[in-house]
Amino acid sequence: MEYFYTLISQTYKILFLLLPLLTAVAMIVWLDRRVWAFVQKRKGPNVVGPFGLFQSLADALKYIFKEIIIPASSNKIVFILAPITTMTLALISWAVIPFSEDFVLANINVGILYLFAISSLGVYGIIMGGWASNSKYPFLGAIRSAAQMVSYEVSIGVIIINVLLCVGSLNLTDIVLAQDKVWFVIPLFPMFVIFFISALAETNRPPFDLPEAEAELVAGYQTEYSGMMYAMFWLGEYANILLMCAMGSILFLGGWLSPINIYPFDLVPPALWFIMKILVLFILFALVKAIVPRYRYDQLMKLGWKIFLPFSLIWVVLTAGFLLYFDLLPKV
Amino acid sequence: MKISRILKTIFMLDFLNGLKIAIREAFKAKKTLNYPFEKGKISPRARGEHALRRYPNGEERCIACKLCEAVCPAQAITIESEQREDGSRKTTRYDIDMLKCIYCGLCEESCPVDAIVQGPNFEFATETREELYYNKEKLLENGDRWENVLAANIKADNPYR
Repeated sequence: MEYFYTLISQTYKILFLLLPLLTAVAMIVWLDRRVWAFVQKRKGPNVVGPFGLFQSLADALKYIFKEIIIPASSNKIVFILAPITTMTLALISWAVIPFSEDFVLANINVGILYLFAISSLGVYGIIMGGWASNSKYPFLGAIRSAAQMVSYEVSIGVIIINVLLCVGSLNLTDIVLAQDKVWFVIPLFPMFVIFFISALAETNRPPFDLPEAEAELVAGYQTEYSGMMYAMFWLGEYANILLMCAMGSILFLGGWLSPINIYPFDLVPPALWFIMKILVLFILFALVKAIVPRYRYDQLMKLGWKIFLPFSLIWVVLTAGFLLYFDLLPKV
Repeated sequence: MKISRILKTIFMLDFLNGLKIAIREAFKAKKTLNYPFEKGKISPRARGEHALRRYPNGEERCIACKLCEAVCPAQAITIESEQREDGSRKTTRYDIDMLKCIYCGLCEESCPVDAIVQGPNFEFATETREELYYNKEKLLENGDRWENVLAANIKADNPYR
């Protein structure tokens, strides 16, 4: 009976997180297109629903009713598994994201490691999709994507070490609480910038969207996908982008903490602050998409391995030395 | 590399400048037309849906000279004609396959009596192919419906012909 009760309450919690998340993903696609359009002096989707807010729902409905085409020469099982993997991995990482001090699905002590592990696994969906399609463009796109995600994960890992040095815990709630006095974006500003750029590369966003560079690779690993399977890749991609924004706001922008802790501002629920920070980061993502031309592949690799990795490593040494010298190391 | 260039790259000045411009442009007036609800201006020379015109007394203009049929590069026009009792030559059949038509305007150009013209209407999509095989009745009906606009357009374009 107790087992049954736990099952029900956990399912309820998961649904309470997942449904708003999927809705948010749909809205965020709309926001992305809208920001992009505004920068180019267009209006963007504005017909379906108020301000075109339901555009993504209409798109999703279209994808559901479209035929799923499975290429004859593809590896069918892997081909079907790939979008499922991508979307599942994009969604399960949300389990450890704390929306406020007591609102988190799984408050585990290795939260940041879990996030890092899951986002590393994310590349498998893309590789599987590209390989199972058994076609040139998806394969090349998947190779590029794999190389790119692996390279930038290294620098993200080193950046996370910087933050962890200041916190002394891998628990995401502790990381946020450690920023009670000052957000890490102020002392670790260069790391925040590198994190942001690496997050762009990690989620295959422009200017690092080489895996789906339409001029040379059609649509990269998504070329052979259609209908709901394509929509799942797309949902997974945007869920990942949101996750990166959430990670950025937890690691550097103080998560759910209010920027000014005085009277009118501390009435705002903490979760709302968190969502607002995610939105600000996402709008920055969307603006970058609108203004930056695509990198060449060798430039991308050079940036990742020759600039970001050494720079963030040096910064780890600097942070550690600074904390040690001024005796600021966190007491564990 | 120059030091200034390196500093510019490190502090991402070009990027920040671009961001500034992007944000400034984002709040400017939009150029989009809400198409089905507002429409742009169409030139009098626009080559849209075809129409066969009539004289003010109701007589068809077309004299079945078949110049349009001859000049049509897509061979979309089919004409059959006969002599009427009053001695005038008129078409018995005037078909345009709107799916073959490339909307080049040569038929309008070649017509000696301004009978076949291309009007400003470009929104004649249909759900079946058959509806786009236009016959003489359909074309004459178009002509009757658009006559005011067609006459005005021909007049407006006349000085440039």
